[in-house]
Amino acid sequence: MGSAFSAVYVRDLRLALRRRVEALLPLVFFVVAISLFPLGVGPEPQTLRQIAAGVVWVSALLASMLSVTSLYAGDHADGSLEQMMLSGQPGLVIASAKAAAHWTVTGAPLVLAAPLIGLLLDMSTAGLLTLVVSLLLGTPILSLLGGMGAALTLGLRSAGVLLILLILPLSIPALIFGAGAVGAVDSGLATSGHFSLLGALLILTALTAPLATSFALRIALE
Amino acid sequence: MNRSVRWFTFAAPSRFYWLVGVLNPWFWTAAVALTIAGMYVGFFVAPTDATQGESYRIIFIHVPAAWMSMIIYLAMAFWAAVGWMFNARMASVLARALAPTGAMFTFLALWTGAFWGKPTWGTWWVWDARLTSELILLFLYLGYIALVASIDDMVRGDKAGALLAIVGAVNVPIIYFSVRWWNTLHQGATISMTAAPKMAHTMLTAMMLMTLAFWAYSFAVVFTRAQAMALERDHDAEWVRQLALGRKDSS
Amino acid sequence: MNWASLSDFLSMRGYGLYVWGSYGVAAALMLLEPWLALRRRHQALHAAANPNPEN
Repeated sequence: MGSAFSAVYVRDLRLALRRRVEALLPLVFFVVAISLFPLGVGPEPQTLRQIAAGVVWVSALLASMLSVTSLYAGDHADGSLEQMMLSGQPGLVIASAKAAAHWTVTGAPLVLAAPLIGLLLDMSTAGLLTLVVSLLLGTPILSLLGGMGAALTLGLRSAGVLLILLILPLSIPALIFGAGAVGAVDSGLATSGHFSLLGALLILTALTAPLATSFALRIALE
Repeated sequence: MNRSVRWFTFAAPSRFYWLVGVLNPWFWTAAVALTIAGMYVGFFVAPTDATQGESYRIIFIHVPAAWMSMIIYLAMAFWAAVGWMFNARMASVLARALAPTGAMFTFLALWTGAFWGKPTWGTWWVWDARLTSELILLFLYLGYIALVASIDDMVRGDKAGALLAIVGAVNVPIIYFSVRWWNTLHQGATISMTAAPKMAHTMLTAMMLMTLAFWAYSFAVVFTRAQAMALERDHDAEWVRQLALGRKDSS
Repeated sequence: MNWASLSDFLSMRGYGLYVWGSYGVAAALMLLEPWLALRRRHQALHAAANPNPEN
């Protein structure tokens, strides 16, 4: 089971490496989307600091959702997805490996880019650190949920937009706790509550999303 | 034993259709009668509220609509799950039939919430926990409707919808809790829809009557829609053809 | 009786826009929805009685 996980995981990473430009598109979107807010809202540092956490989190959410559509699409198109599901390995393992790969390629870069972005929005150091940790806990949740959405909408017309409509409401708790943690730090309150809830959400999602994803894959491939 | 066999017979589309034909006139009658009763008590018996004046009378629609929106979502997830687990097509049809009515009540809860909020708190929209959760519930309904609509294969649509509805139902308490948490973080003085007027006995009566009225209405509409869907799915079947040709003579 | 006159009732003592705005939309939706469902059923029966070649 462990070898199946690493096989799928490594394969996805290798495929992403072959298409480096495509792999970096979510990150570019992330930066561009965030940059729009000062242009729309005005450049006052005070305002930007207040909206920074929410803006970064929402942009991370959207960047994640935009890139997750292709998680299963490529393998579905050339038949390798069916082979994977028929291989006798539990769908759970494949779903987990796929989500992990998505996080490595898309989520992790967002976490690494966050400090720089935070500086663009004049965040405090404490706020920046809290943001990075919240994204570290939150982006895996987004990858797991996104994987489920990708499996549900596999092969459908307008799968991309549909996926966003389906998954965004489910991501709202993570958004609230993640961005809320930064808000707490800025108000001088403790972040432990937010982080515990975010962590609990991550555990819950990690335990249930891959199962739901494997069901969704089976339904889509029948 | 005999009893349970009799119930399962209505899982067949033709018998379900027939049963609805028998029951629906009662549901419609009940809906109308309960509405009249509820409106009478709500407008002519329940007194004016001391703080909110006459605007509070909106709750006779707002609260029942909100309750129905939640009950219908659970019913939708339940029937979708039954349809998936037992391969029962009519259960899946029922789930699909419930969605538009649920979405309608969610929208109505939001609309009436806004119209109640404006005279009470001065703004058309208040990001309080209840209204925000209702808005997210609307998104969940729209997502379900969009998903099943975009899957051409009926069976795949039924199952995918069931999975989504179940995931949604499980998430509703999580979403509600997180929205309440978010709400307390961002507002000192809690402006909330729970600050309803102290309920006089008559106000509660009117609300209950309207809730029952909406429930009867929901049965009637959802069953009618389910009938239509059954006809569409089975359009080649003998029972449909007989019905349609019989109807052709009379209409 | 709560209301002194018909105009008293219709104006809802200043809250008319909000109360009737709510009840009006509720009535509109709860008349439209059954109508749409009945129409769908009627159309389904009609389609079954006159099957098109491409169906």
